[in-house]
Amino acid sequence: MDSASSDRRTERTPLGRSAENGLKIVITGGFGVGKTTLVRAVSDIRPLNTEEIMTRAGEGVDDISAVRDKTSTTVAFDFGRITLNERTVLYLFGAPGQERFWFLWERLFIGTLGAVVLVDTRRLADSWYAIDRLEQHGTPFIVARNRFEGPAHTLEQVREALDLPGHVPLVDCDARSRSSCKAVLLTLVKYLYGIAAAQQNPEATP
Amino acid sequence: MIRPGRDDDPDRLYTLTGGRSRVGSHSFDLVTLVVSEAEPTAGMQSEHARILRMCRNPTAVVEIAAELRLPVTIVKILLGDLLATGRVSARHPSTLATPDVSPPDPRLLEQVLVGLRKL
Repeated sequence: MDSASSDRRTERTPLGRSAENGLKIVITGGFGVGKTTLVRAVSDIRPLNTEEIMTRAGEGVDDISAVRDKTSTTVAFDFGRITLNERTVLYLFGAPGQERFWFLWERLFIGTLGAVVLVDTRRLADSWYAIDRLEQHGTPFIVARNRFEGPAHTLEQVREALDLPGHVPLVDCDARSRSSCKAVLLTLVKYLYGIAAAQQNPEATP
Repeated sequence: MIRPGRDDDPDRLYTLTGGRSRVGSHSFDLVTLVVSEAEPTAGMQSEHARILRMCRNPTAVVEIAAELRLPVTIVKILLGDLLATGRVSARHPSTLATPDVSPPDPRLLEQVLVGLRKL
């Protein structure tokens, strides 16, 4: 029976009635790199966790008979929300960057504005696959290095190690800090704006 | 992490959706905002009733899934039922109106910038 027993429900913060347009930004990266921390730092709500069904082969499913056949599994992901104005609300999704999830992400995150690849310089290889897939898919992204204790590398060294094209913004961040994560999101959206504006008016910007 | 109520019993998921296994043609996105157009009625499937209560204010598909602790695909099937009977309406994201790879409208991105700067 549906009851008011869940404390979580009373904590829900509903959107205003005029909200009509949901937008997506994806935060991806290796395990433990700080995706949920970043989402939490900027979200209006406590990050929520949900899940989707995927086949054992790593594909998303439209057909839940796969559920019954036990050929499927579920993948969990986190998300948070930022109300941008009375009509527009931005959802931030924390998506594990491992190879086996990408079929599912590409389906779920259709129409995403762009992505932030969060990297930890101690484990840069964890982000190679995500960067490859985003490039192949044509999803614009930036890279943010989450500062952990460890050997100091310059951002140029990180760029080189990731084989990151010069036009892709690469910034430092502290995923625990709201202002730092805000700066990361602003960097992404300014970058997206540049791409969109150039495409709309190719002669306006060099 | 303990997630009570979220079990992997395949038969339970199958039953919830009345044995229908496919998402209908209504393509709900993760961030489609769902709004109730009716109140729950007696005898209604409890998940349907919960959705109607939850969506008195616009609520994204992904938030409904988190709240019901059900996979997104299952929630989309449940929402399809409610949409087909006019009990909910759906506000789809503007970014889905354009092809996947084309960049979003710069005016939309300006709004995003303004909103983020207020954080």
